Order: sequence, then structure tokens, then C-alpha cells
Amino acid sequence: MQLDARSITKRYPGVVALDGVDLTLAGGEVHAIAGENGAGKSTLMGVLSGSVRPDAGTLTIDGVAAGFASPRDARERGVRMIHQELSLVPELTVAENIFLGVEPARSGVVDRAGQRIRTEEVLARLRQTHLDPDARVASLPLAARQMTEIARAVAQRASLLIMDEPTAILSRAEIDALFAVIDELRAAGTAIAYITHRLDEIERVADRVTVLRDGRVIESRARDAFPRDDIVRAMVGRELASGYPAAKSAPGNVVLRLSNVSAGPVHDVSLTLRSGEIVGVVGLAGSGRTELAHAMYGHARLVSGTMSLDEKPFQPRRPRDAIAAGIGLLPEDRKGQGLILSAAVRVNASLASLGGIVVDRERERAAVSTWRDALGIRTPSIEQPVRLLSGGNQQKVVLARWMLTHSRILLFDEPTRGIDVGAKAEIYALMRELTAKGAAILMISSDLGEALEMSDRIVVMRNQTVTHQLSSAEATQERVARLILGEAA
Amino acid sequence: MNTRRLTEFALLGATAVEAAVFAAIAPAFFTIANALNIALAIAVTGILAVGMTAVILTGGIDLSVGSVVALAGVCAALVAGKSTLIAIVVALLIGVATGALNGTLIAFFKVPAFVTTLAMLTIARGLAFIISSGRSIGNLPDSFGALGRSSLAGIPTPVIVMAVVMFAGAFVLNRTVFGRHVYATGGNPDAAWLAGIDTRRVTWLVYALNGLLVGLAGVTLASRLGAGVPNSGLQYELDVIAAVVVGGTSLTGGRGTIGGTASGAIFIGVLTNGLNLANIDPYVQKIALGVVIVGAVVADQLSRRRG
Repeated sequence: MQLDARSITKRYPGVVALDGVDLTLAGGEVHAIAGENGAGKSTLMGVLSGSVRPDAGTLTIDGVAAGFASPRDARERGVRMIHQELSLVPELTVAENIFLGVEPARSGVVDRAGQRIRTEEVLARLRQTHLDPDARVASLPLAARQMTEIARAVAQRASLLIMDEPTAILSRAEIDALFAVIDELRAAGTAIAYITHRLDEIERVADRVTVLRDGRVIESRARDAFPRDDIVRAMVGRELASGYPAAKSAPGNVVLRLSNVSAGPVHDVSLTLRSGEIVGVVGLAGSGRTELAHAMYGHARLVSGTMSLDEKPFQPRRPRDAIAAGIGLLPEDRKGQGLILSAAVRVNASLASLGGIVVDRERERAAVSTWRDALGIRTPSIEQPVRLLSGGNQQKVVLARWMLTHSRILLFDEPTRGIDVGAKAEIYALMRELTAKGAAILMISSDLGEALEMSDRIVVMRNQTVTHQLSSAEATQERVARLILGEAA
Repeated sequence: MNTRRLTEFALLGATAVEAAVFAAIAPAFFTIANALNIALAIAVTGILAVGMTAVILTGGIDLSVGSVVALAGVCAALVAGKSTLIAIVVALLIGVATGALNGTLIAFFKVPAFVTTLAMLTIARGLAFIISSGRSIGNLPDSFGALGRSSLAGIPTPVIVMAVVMFAGAFVLNRTVFGRHVYATGGNPDAAWLAGIDTRRVTWLVYALNGLLVGLAGVTLASRLGAGVPNSGLQYELDVIAAVVVGGTSLTGGRGTIGGTASGAIFIGVLTNGLNLANIDPYVQKIALGVVIVGAVVADQLSRRRG
């Protein structure tokens, strides 16, 4: 199949999200859609999958006009979106989810045997035979759920798959499996639109790359003819250095010390954090990285061991205690745990720093405005609901919260996940600035390049404990990757 | 902010239209005396609606308010002979105690608010009947009736009490750190907790303070009735929730204002009063009220989708 979008335009109050966009998605081709947050990728994918109605422009499938009235309409014509937030029913089994809404049935009674057989066929096609069709989706890891979602699209004969940052929640091995599936689908003639921020992935899977910026197509080329530097330049509209600020700072005193700490699932962790340094925590998803940060933040109950802050005993029993001690957490799940999406930028930023009984609105406004400017939060007003901001700007709002509390120990859990290149560089620069002023940063990252470039030390976690600690000189990409996987280095 | 204001303005506009229609139908409608009638009629629900708004903002609900109004009224009437002040204090204490109990179960034992307050609804009603032996407790001293029946500069005291409670409630929710924490707790409890807000304490306090207002409403109603009546306040919870919801507060928490709730209460008060004066069958009135509740929420949803 071939889907052609021509001159697609979509306006929202105050912004032109898409401005005359042309895009062709062809069967057997993986088409990467790249662009910074706010470039219009999500709106465009919404138009293609029927959830957003364009103000102008046409869609055709194999030359036949196809204006989608709803996502259901688009699905019936073979267009299917794999969402970042998955859309499975957790209490149903893999097979039931795959055939949800299109159950094979005889006179209204579900043909369970037939459903199971067809599920096995689809899973075999995707080389996912280890997935049990009768497993409840709630019991599966995220990667297996995503595979179920893809299997559903395949089973329902999708001829165009739209994948929105599918690797954001996956570990390295799971990403490899996903790419193998994408290769299968491509070979079978499926058209794939692949939205991503990650340049490595573009190089690995894409046949064609289209870069959006400010709602317009900046460039569209075959991937072989589109070097990495050119892609970055097209995305940000300016030359970028490596993206990582160079100077590393000199570590000072130990501010946080963990001795044989066990908390939640994490056990026997001994670790120090010095002022002025960035400690990178790496490991597979589920290796206990987030839980380690939660222990320091008083969000996971300490089972045994001791913590000290400035060499004095420290026992945070809840986040409030940690915040009072000068610790701030940037949660991994920005929307679920970081922000009150319906509330204004102002409210979200000042949430942890309001003291006294009555809010001093003048001071609040002034303080938040100062940090909006300092961090470059792009928003029409600090009264804007935070859900309307792009991912990078939302992350900066959470950062502003900890700037307002003057936190000197910052726990960053995947600080740049799902954030565009420009905002990433800004966050890196801010991290350096903070450490230069004596802050200590613990950075959990699944992006190995980022962890190695930014960190003064690397802490490797595996099976809920710290297995290795390396200086930045010892930490080569290959060595750390092996340690993460538990192979001898 | 803008959509909230929109709800309030839209409601006040709708109330004006409503009033114009009734003024044309029933000559008695558009008088100062009738305006005060309406205000008096919504006074008790108005007081309750302020607490209910805070409860719903946290993502909760309180179904027990009608029963606790009766319980607090009966207890106040029992001690009214000693002194009116003691009667008021007893009613407030009963309210706070039941509210704190609700709050403890909901915030610390994680019992769903719907279940907890449904249980309190039947328990408080049962207690009210037991304590009063199923009879109205009347023959109360005149001073006890003052809270409900006196007026100040022509304005009935319950209306003044309602206005004070509404202004105080709006101030607490809008201007104080506690109010901010109420919105945060309802908007995203996980994010609020990780930002250092003790969401359990906030939730508990909201139910306890709501209880205080329920006690106040209870003694106000008993004073107006001149008796502690065990089956008073029946289904008040529904009237109160209706006012809050029509006022644009979201049942999922985190969104709503006292201004909206006040507009909702006034809108419903004007509607009921006007339909009465226009001699509309009370059964038909019930249907009209139901249609209005759904209509207001649908209109609110539509305006939000566009915005």
C-alpha cells in the first residue's frame, strides 16, 4: 500500500502545528520521522491515524481519497498506531487482546481454540514463540506487552504501522528483538512510520528519513544519503557541538553516604556521592536503579544499613524529609509522577517550595518567572497548563521545582528520556552548572553514551544491587555494556 | 483558570436567563423578599457544598453529610437547654469527629471514600434515631432559634453564615498553601507525594474540616426547624453533590472552585424556587433538576474539549 499525505495543515489556538506537510509512506519501507519536541510529529501521526482532523490537505491510500473520521475508520483501512502508552486490557490474556473487537466467533460464542491457534500463528510469524497466548497481559514485562500490541496490529492485517518512540521503555536486548520484528514486517511489505529522537535507531532501521521542524518538512531523503550531522542540523536548525559540555568538575566532600543499604528490592548497596560530581547509574530496566534513588529520597523504606548526609545520620521516612534535607528527585515517569498535568506551570514549579500559611503570589510569580527565563522554559505564560508543554519543557518545569527549593543533591532518573536534542543539550549544560556550584547529581540513564559522557563516575547495577563502580577513565563503552549484561569485563 | 472562570460566567448568565423567564411567568418571583427566600433555601446546602467541593477536589466524595446533619442537630438539641453555645460546640464536635473518622479510614486505611461514607451515612442516621428515641427533640429555648431564624439588617442569619463560609472556603482553597496541596493531591497524588506533600494528612484534614462544616450546617438546620429532627437532612448529599458538579468541579479531582460551586447552588436554588412559584408539579420539578444537572456537565465538557 502507499499512503500519501499532501499539504496537511493543522492549527491550534496560537500555533500552527502542521503547515502544508507532504509525506509518503510506502509498503516495505521504514520511514523515520525525526524532529524536536513540538516539531509537529505527534500531530502528524494523529492525522495519519485518524485521531486528529486536519484543517486542510488530503490523504490518499493507493490513490484513493481517504479522509479518516476516527481512529476506528483508519484502523479499518489498515492504518494502526502503536502508542507510547500502550492500549491493552491488562486483565485479559495475550490472545484475547490480540483479537479484541474482532474475536473469531461462531453464532456469538468466542471460538477460543481458533483464537489460540491464530494467535500462535501470528506470534510465530513475528518469531515471538516464547510468548504464551494464555498469559495475562498484566503479568508480562513491558517489552512483551509491546510485542502483543504489535502482534495485534499484524493479526488485524495492518498495512501501515505507526510507531511512536517504541524503544523508550525497552532494554537493549528488547530493542534488538523489536528491530528483528520490524525487519520481518518490512520484508512482508508493511509500511512503517517510525517516530524517534534517537539517531542510532534511525541509522539502524530507517530506509527513509523525514525531518520536521516547526510544523514543516525540512528535509526528506533516503537514509543512505542523509548523514547524521545533516539530520541533526535539520532537526535543530543550527550546528550543534557534540551536545555534551566539556568541562568536568572537581569533586568535593562526601554529601551522601550509603553503607550496606537494603531498601525495597535493592540490597547491600554501599555508595558515596560527593558535592560537585555527577555519578551515573547504569543497568538494565528492573536492575534496581530507580529503587536505589527512591531509597535516598525516602520513598522506599530502608530495611537495613545506614545512610548519612554530610556525615550525619540520615533517615528520610518520606520524600518530604529528603526535600527538607536538600534532595530533589526528577522522576522517570514525568507525567505520572513528576507533574500535575492539569495545573499551571507556576503551580507545578512552586509545588515543593511553598512555605508558611498563605501563598505569597507576587513572590511566587516572580520566582517562577526567574527560573522560566533561566532554564529557557518555552511557554506562552506561567499560567499555561503544563500538559500543553512539550516533553523537554515539562522536564524543565520539574527542574525549576528543585531550583526553587535550592536542592543540592539531585536524583535524575532518565532526565533526557523522550526529550529533543536541543533540550537535552540545555539540560546537560545545566547539570554542569549545578555541579560547578557544588551540587551533587546522581543520574540514572539507559543512554550509555550520555551516562559515560556526563558522569565523573559510573555505578553499574545488576539484580537489585551495585556490582561495579568505575572512574570515568575506566569506563569504556564496551566494558560498561558488558558489566550491565553481567558478562566478565 | 480561563475555563474555570468560563464555567462561572456561563452559569451566572444561565441564572440570569432563568430569572428573567420566571419573572415573566410569576410576578412574585422578582422581589427582594423572594431573593432572600431563595438565599435562605440554599443556605444549608450552600454551607455543605463548600466542604464537599474540597472533598471532591481531592478525588473523594462524602455521602454521609445528610445523616451527620441530622445527628449533629439532634445532639445539639439535646444540650440546647444548657446553653446555645454548648449546643453549637457539640454539633461542631460531632461533625469533626465523624469527618475525622471518615478521613482516617480513607487516608490511612485506604478504604474507598464511597464505601467509607456510605457506611457513615447509615451509621450516623441510626445513631440520630437512637439518641432521639426516634422523635423530634423540640421545646428548645428561644436563644437556640436565633442562629436559624434571626436576621441581620434584613438578611437571614443562615445566609450570612453561608456567605462567610463560602468566602473563607474560597480563601483557603485559593490563597493558602494547604489549598494548593488540596488541588495537588487531587490532581496527581503520586506527583504530589514525591514533591513532598503529605497527601494522607491533606486528605484527612479535608474530611475533618468538611465535618466541621457539616456540624455547622446541622446546628443551623436544627435551629431553623426549632428542633433536633432525626430524619432531617435526608438526601442532602445528593443536593450538595449536584450543586458542586453543576458548578464545574470534576469528580476525578484536582479541578473546581468555590465560585463555581456557589454559582451552581444559586442556579439550582433559583430553578427550584421559580418552578414552585410557576406552580409546576413537584414531580416534574425533579425531572427538570435531573436534566439540568446532566445538561450543565455536558456543556462544561463540550466547552473544555473546544478549549
